Amino acid sequence: MTTTLYTSDHEWLAIEGDVATVGITDYAQSQLGDVVFVELPKIGRTLKKAEAAAVVESVKAASDVYAPISGEVLETNAALASEPALVNSDAQGAAWFFKIKIADKSELGGLMDEAAYKAHTA
Amino acid sequence: MMLARDDQDSLRHTPLHALHVSLGGKMVPFAGYDMPVQYPAGVLKEHLHTRASAGLFDVSHMGQLALRPKSGKVDDAARALERLVPQDIVAIAPGRQRYAQFTNVDGGILDDLMVANFGDHLFLVVNAACKDADEAHLRAHLSDDCVIEQLEGRALIALQGPKAEAVLAKFCAAAPAMKFMDAGPHEVAGLACFVSRSGYTGEDGFEISVAAADAERLAKTLLENPDVMPIGLGARDSLRLEAGLCLYGHDIDTETTPVEAALEWSVQKSRRTGGARAGGFPGADRILAHFDHGASRRRIGLRAEGRAPVREGALLFADAAAGEPIGKVTSGGFGPSLNAPVAMGYVPTASSALGTKLFAEVRGQRLAVQVAAMPFVKNTYKR
Repeated sequence: MTTTLYTSDHEWLAIEGDVATVGITDYAQSQLGDVVFVELPKIGRTLKKAEAAAVVESVKAASDVYAPISGEVLETNAALASEPALVNSDAQGAAWFFKIKIADKSELGGLMDEAAYKAHTA
Repeated sequence: MMLARDDQDSLRHTPLHALHVSLGGKMVPFAGYDMPVQYPAGVLKEHLHTRASAGLFDVSHMGQLALRPKSGKVDDAARALERLVPQDIVAIAPGRQRYAQFTNVDGGILDDLMVANFGDHLFLVVNAACKDADEAHLRAHLSDDCVIEQLEGRALIALQGPKAEAVLAKFCAAAPAMKFMDAGPHEVAGLACFVSRSGYTGEDGFEISVAAADAERLAKTLLENPDVMPIGLGARDSLRLEAGLCLYGHDIDTETTPVEAALEWSVQKSRRTGGARAGGFPGADRILAHFDHGASRRRIGLRAEGRAPVREGALLFADAAAGEPIGKVTSGGFGPSLNAPVAMGYVPTASSALGTKLFAEVRGQRLAVQVAAMPFVKNTYKR
């Protein structure tokens, strides 16, 4: 059973057990434009909620992606290194950024569900 | 992540503003104007389309000025303007255009501009952010000899790319015969325009000055051609960067001389030491000293080994580890035609030779870069 949650900073998290898969939303990619480079966190790094965890670069600019929750990075998406444009074509699927071991489930309480996120970007 | 939200209040509109909005342009503030940074196609496609076909750019935010000689002789306006720029303006033949810079007393660059000889007067195109200061500068120094007029009621449309000539030829019979940097009054689609064969992309193309009231009709007429796509400021920047062209306020400013900026080619021999009209422009002592003895730093092009874009502000190092920075990136990003990062910046002249290996600091990491020849993409001007 997967639950998908969103941050006001346009990240999505797919929660399965104590692991969250993190990426940026389709809305975010549409605002950024053509993605040409993604920098991912090192596997094993312990992220604190709200710290810069990854960088996504369009032709125009570099944008930080913040850790939506605290936890250790378990896995990163190697496909983004060779095909950063995946972020544009499948932001909320194949273009996930990293998987994180959820350190504190209470942090999930501050996140939005899909309806709330849609209202946020409307 | 943080997405930019900008205050759209108090921004000026070009005569094509409504057209940009109707075409789905994403509007952002630029030099005091609400301008399209991209259209729905996106920066990447817009960039590649311009290199493969033809792109239409609204550059109406730029300043257009007429410099009319009080004597009636254009040569007098040219001689007057030579007091403010290190270029040979007298030698610009009627119907021709030349790239120039306004310099300050320290030899720095106040703005860069295009100067065309329209036979009885000079026509200048200057940067949007500098246009009011440029006008005041011209009035302060040239009012005895010239009537200076900022042509507020005109739009400026650039049509760039390998198909620009074929497209424009349908509406302007004179276009195909024009050579790179030819400039003059021509009818386009029955409208009285100023047309020059020039641009800011490294591609062959034209810049068309048209009355504001006719601008939208002309832009729509050109856009009806399936080869023409509207292009925003995002691709304009990546195109000029690949072409190795300077962006004022970034790659050149009041702290850089034309020699440091690697713009020696734009200063004709007649204005250099030993020339017929050597010196006589602001900062001539310093600029000519740079010509005669060299400058200590130089603008260079950079290619990266990896795929991470190296952007404006990145510090440059001679060494992968320790050491003080030796220079800085002034423009940088991803070059869509090269499918690789490209940048330009300043380094000590001793480190400016092609192939010199340097390091650019990006988010705390030193990335390997190499001094590379500009333009990064071969230009296709019709000379």
